[in-house]
Amino acid sequence: MAPSGKHERDKPWIMRTYAGHSTAAASNELYRTNLAQGQTGLSVAFDLPTQTGYDPDDPLARGEVGKVGVPISHLGDMRALFEGIPLDQMNTSMTINATAAWLLSLYIAVAEDQNADRAALRGTTQNDIIKEYLSRGTHIFPPAASMRLTTDLITYTVTEVPKWNPINICSYHLQEAGATPTQELAYALVTAIGVLDAVKATGRIPESEFGNVVGRMSFFVNAGIRFVEELCKMRAFVELWDRVARERYGVTDPKQRRFRYGVQVNSLGLTEQQPENNIIRIVLEMLAVTLSKDARARAVQLPAWNEALGLPRPWDQQWSLRAQQILALETDLLEYADLFKGSKVVHAQTQHLVESAWAEVQEVLGRGGAVEAVETGYIKQKLVESNAARLRAIESGEQVVVGVNAYTEGAPSPLIENLDEAILTVDPDIEKKEIEALEQWRADRDASAVANAIAELKRVARSDENIMPASIAAAHAGVTTGEWANTLRAVWGEYRAPTGVAGATVKASRSGAAAEVVDRLRKRLGELEVRMGRRPKLLVGKPGLDGHSNGAEQIAIKARDVGFDVVYEGIRVSPEQIVASALEEGVHLIGLSILSGSHLALVPEIVERLREAGLSDIPVVVGGIIPEADTERLRREGVAAVYTPKDFELDHIMSDLIDLVDRQHAAE
Amino acid sequence: MPPSDPANDADRVRRADKAAVSRALNLVEDKRADAQDRVAALLASLKSAPKAIGGHRVGLTGPPGVGKSTLTSAVARAVRARGRTMGVVAVDPSSIVSGGSLLGDRARMSFDPSDAGLFVRSLATAGEVGGLAYAANSAVRVLAAAYDVVLIETTGVGQSEIDIVHVADTVVLVIQPGSGDVLQFLKAGIMEIPDVLVVNKADQEELARRAVADLRGALHTAQAVGVSGREDGDWETPILATSATEGTGIEELIDAVDAHRKHLEPTLKARRHRGEVQWMLDLFMRKHGEHGVSTLHGLTEIKARAERELDDGETPLSLCERLSREYVAKLCQTS
Repeated sequence: MAPSGKHERDKPWIMRTYAGHSTAAASNELYRTNLAQGQTGLSVAFDLPTQTGYDPDDPLARGEVGKVGVPISHLGDMRALFEGIPLDQMNTSMTINATAAWLLSLYIAVAEDQNADRAALRGTTQNDIIKEYLSRGTHIFPPAASMRLTTDLITYTVTEVPKWNPINICSYHLQEAGATPTQELAYALVTAIGVLDAVKATGRIPESEFGNVVGRMSFFVNAGIRFVEELCKMRAFVELWDRVARERYGVTDPKQRRFRYGVQVNSLGLTEQQPENNIIRIVLEMLAVTLSKDARARAVQLPAWNEALGLPRPWDQQWSLRAQQILALETDLLEYADLFKGSKVVHAQTQHLVESAWAEVQEVLGRGGAVEAVETGYIKQKLVESNAARLRAIESGEQVVVGVNAYTEGAPSPLIENLDEAILTVDPDIEKKEIEALEQWRADRDASAVANAIAELKRVARSDENIMPASIAAAHAGVTTGEWANTLRAVWGEYRAPTGVAGATVKASRSGAAAEVVDRLRKRLGELEVRMGRRPKLLVGKPGLDGHSNGAEQIAIKARDVGFDVVYEGIRVSPEQIVASALEEGVHLIGLSILSGSHLALVPEIVERLREAGLSDIPVVVGGIIPEADTERLRREGVAAVYTPKDFELDHIMSDLIDLVDRQHAAE
Repeated sequence: MPPSDPANDADRVRRADKAAVSRALNLVEDKRADAQDRVAALLASLKSAPKAIGGHRVGLTGPPGVGKSTLTSAVARAVRARGRTMGVVAVDPSSIVSGGSLLGDRARMSFDPSDAGLFVRSLATAGEVGGLAYAANSAVRVLAAAYDVVLIETTGVGQSEIDIVHVADTVVLVIQPGSGDVLQFLKAGIMEIPDVLVVNKADQEELARRAVADLRGALHTAQAVGVSGREDGDWETPILATSATEGTGIEELIDAVDAHRKHLEPTLKARRHRGEVQWMLDLFMRKHGEHGVSTLHGLTEIKARAERELDDGETPLSLCERLSREYVAKLCQTS
């Protein structure tokens, strides 16, 4: 190092944009454009049916095809997705979990078709099922079967695709679900420990080679707006992971103990109000994961400024990519050694996080580890509680969010003058076209080869052999995503994870005014109960495949705390189920939460089914990322109210809900 | 849903028309004074339903977190697969502070929404400390008139299962490996011995084996100190291991529950009668307390009357109404 502290310029991190939508061909075009723009890796977003193992023609896929990512139903789709992109030269990150083994099988099959060497393939499968149970909600199978798939993928790639990152332990979604930095550190680490212990238990990896497995573990981390603490969190991660690798797994090679991580900065904190401010938040959050040379991200992807409004357009994503390029290439950041080595302040905060996170790691391990803490709902409940505390702090003004609870007045933003054009809309005909294409695919393939491949897959699922070879063979035979998942569902069953809401305790608000508001709401509800004879009962439903349950959970808890009887069904319920529940439970009100953009398909269907069941007198409200124009349409369909991320004051929403029940009762 | 005439609905309830069942359940939850007569009339007209007489009421209880909802879901699927219909009452606690509740059982259940032979209703305890929900007794009777099997799922150890004994023909206690409290309660005789004992989460094999062994020991101790409290004679409480997530042991559980129902056959009527008497006493005590009891010549006398009069086609609700009127009349005389 030169005396100035400067050194030879570091290589920039991998810059990606999380992308994919509509169809494989449209996404391929997008990828090629992004690569031409200077992006250095691909990050594939799959649609929810692909993530949860359904073909586009499955009833549960309705409204979701091509919405939050690209639909990949079979080898032909995967081939189209990477048309003209040589896989042996690409670094591809796939956000895929429950069906990770399948999507990687398709990827390997395409590479084999391209005559690429498996050993040359680079990239990442997210493959972290624990956080799906806790936050993201795209799990399919019970925990034991899921862990088996996870370890199958890991033990396969360690020998067959050695440059692949078989798993990306995600603390990202934990923060999105409300985790504090301490919780984010602790729960990511116990997840990694759970996975490594499970790999060890397979006995497939010789003791002497276990360091290779530890060395292939990578992480996917979040960075929030409190960027100094976040910077310390990354340093704490480096220290803690080194400790785990050394002490628990006896890894002697420091390279294999390195904390390798990618980042997507925080989406939870992006606001619908004054959305242009989000680009500033995004840049500041990026600093937390790039400033420390000793704890720098290997790959960064940034959200778009308008995520809270709807699906971002290519230009919005490009703007975020430019922010990365300016930091990495224009500034002098990469010319220096670690900026914080020796800083007492950074050291002290880092150590504080290391200690508190380590204590929580021990707590979870004492409860039997990550899988057990998922099944008992312990971690989920902790996250729900933290998120409730966060929302309360924003609602009370304790936590300032510019444009939301402070400095809310301002000149109108020219960026959102025409709101409907400020987001991407997906062609509603995509679903139909995808189904037609799928039918064609099924008709063209060799039916007996498919049947044989499925039979073999079933046999392997029942045995303790690795699922990967049979899956790759099934990919070549033309098996579809839904067929692969359904075969395994038939063997292993499905799982509904704890919601964490029933046991969550929320500390009463300290400030007098807020407590008074809640008291008033409780009093009104009590009076309403006396008049109606029954306590008002609210059904909180999450239709569709989208598993982001924060909103639904927080509404459910708040509603209980003002005195509603709340029926919460968890994620992924069909319109039929919601209507059946409304009927059997005798509810007075239905609240639906949808974040995947499928509201225009799902909500009218539910309203229509309620009418058919003779329940059209039950008011329906909807919450989610819902563009203005759609709000109007939903109201015309008979929805009583629509709430979007800008409606952060839960007390107001509760007051509305009580009004609705009251009005409906008066009308009867 | 607009309220409708219970007498008309009773017929539809017997035919398991979901809309009518739901309305009937709304009615039995209705706490307004003017609803009480209608509830009593509804229950009276459902009492003689063939399913109500020939069906099976099963209580499923155990400490929080043992996987009761998942188990209920697995049992419901298996019962349906055997061609029998099923109604479920899932009871969850209300918040003492707000009076509200989070009824989360449906979240752990997976079932076919188009299945006309399965009905699930969640109820909140509404401040009934340690007891069943206010409406649970009545709700079970509504569902019993409509479905072959009624399952009442409650949380708790040491209290609510005492209530559940009065409403269920068969009580299933679910624990998970390592539930020390349950063992202590059983040994100390604080808890009545359930009809079927289940160790759930048997996928934790070693722990589950130990738990089954511990339970055997606890049962033995309890019987040795004379806690039996059983009127069904020589029934030997089976101890089963299940894994609701993996679906193992479910068929065996249903077989055991069915075996108990069969064993009960000669005494079932008496058992249900005792349950009705107890429910009537609870209702009357809740309404009028010690003063009401002493005004009507004490608990023994009221109990004796309930035992006599409930036989005559009267429901606990209607008898309680009648006794209430007597009590009020006496109050007026003395004042």
